[in-house]
Amino acid sequence: MPSLKTLRNRINSVKSTQKITSAMKMVAAAKLRRAQAQAEASRPYAVRMAEMLAALAASEAGNPNANKLLVGNGKSQTHLLVAVTADRGLAGAFNANIAKLTRQKAAQLQAEGKAVKIFALGRKGNDSLRRDLRANISGTKNFVGKKVVTFADAEEVAQEIVRGFKAGEYDTVTLLFNRFHNVMSQKPFEQPLIPAAAPTANDNAMEHNYEVEPDDGTLLDRLLPRNLAVQIYAALLENAAGFYAAQMTAMDSATRNAGQMIKRLTLDYNRARQANITKELIEIISGAEAV
Amino acid sequence: MSLALEIVSPERLLLARDVDMVVIPGTEGDLGILPGHSKLVTSLRGGLVDIYESGKITDRFFVTGGFAEVTESRCSVLADEIIRQADINVTVAQAKLAEAKAAFEAVDTNDADAYREASDKLISAQAMVDSAAASPAQAD
Repeated sequence: MPSLKTLRNRINSVKSTQKITSAMKMVAAAKLRRAQAQAEASRPYAVRMAEMLAALAASEAGNPNANKLLVGNGKSQTHLLVAVTADRGLAGAFNANIAKLTRQKAAQLQAEGKAVKIFALGRKGNDSLRRDLRANISGTKNFVGKKVVTFADAEEVAQEIVRGFKAGEYDTVTLLFNRFHNVMSQKPFEQPLIPAAAPTANDNAMEHNYEVEPDDGTLLDRLLPRNLAVQIYAALLENAAGFYAAQMTAMDSATRNAGQMIKRLTLDYNRARQANITKELIEIISGAEAV
Repeated sequence: MSLALEIVSPERLLLARDVDMVVIPGTEGDLGILPGHSKLVTSLRGGLVDIYESGKITDRFFVTGGFAEVTESRCSVLADEIIRQADINVTVAQAKLAEAKAAFEAVDTNDADAYREASDKLISAQAMVDSAAASPAQAD
């Protein structure tokens, strides 16, 4: 039976932990709102960009000189996996899920005899993947110390990826990130970046009826790298929103667990205290009777 | 009949309202977009987007580049970066121009993409300096 003092100490320590987790929950909730607002604000641009690209891409179907970013370079030997994770932890399985998906995907590709390279976007993913896939990590970037990710950050990453693709370091690029479903659930998701979802023969039939300046090819040359940055930016924003949601959920259950623990410890403490009083009473009474 | 104008940057929707006419800086030259314009997709160079309402320029924005999609009733400007013309800081613009010039001198002329990018940047920076000196919008 632990002494009253140890019980008291434990209750106090759990109480202060609970204060921290509940404060973290509040902070995560506030940041989640901001991250969601940012994701919301970026949507109109992404939607228009996708529409424009779809219209132009349709006309490129079957064109042998179509932009490589759109149709790929015809090979699929080396794959680049871009793993998007958060820079911080304490968010349940949020980062671990992406690391797991990356490992699965890498193992699967390697079993097929393909080479795998990994670009770790976010500190936690890099830390985790570095342990067993160190040789495969070809690049890494994180945003530690930045309050919000900006489009310029995403653009930098996109330029890096395009540069590697043009240099022939890899043939396809896939983005792995947590898709934000709602506050309670974020699901790992994989999205092909290069080649961009290629137009099907069906689209080919309905030629777009836009006038294009300067011309389809030149416009696509400009549009595709831009679109890559937009997709990475969207993934980073979903990642941020998902991270705060996961952290909020994790901290909420931590606070609840701490509450239960305090309840149990307080019960133990009161029992021990009463047992002590009873014992003392018995001692006094039996002492008095003996006289 | 009016034209539904949308100006968006990757980070936010900057403006969405009905206007009479908008002039956008296409890569091949400025384009005046009126309601009923035929469907068009174009890339933009650095320059001013002028919004006309009842015969006057009511708003001027500087874009560094981007794209525009025009349909009969709508014009969407997808700007890389956008700033109100009145908010352009001349010193910043000139610093950018100097930087772009240096980058353009240094670029490898055999790399077509890099060359195009550097020249785009230079044109855009020059346009920014010029735009700073342009007369501001006359809001009523």
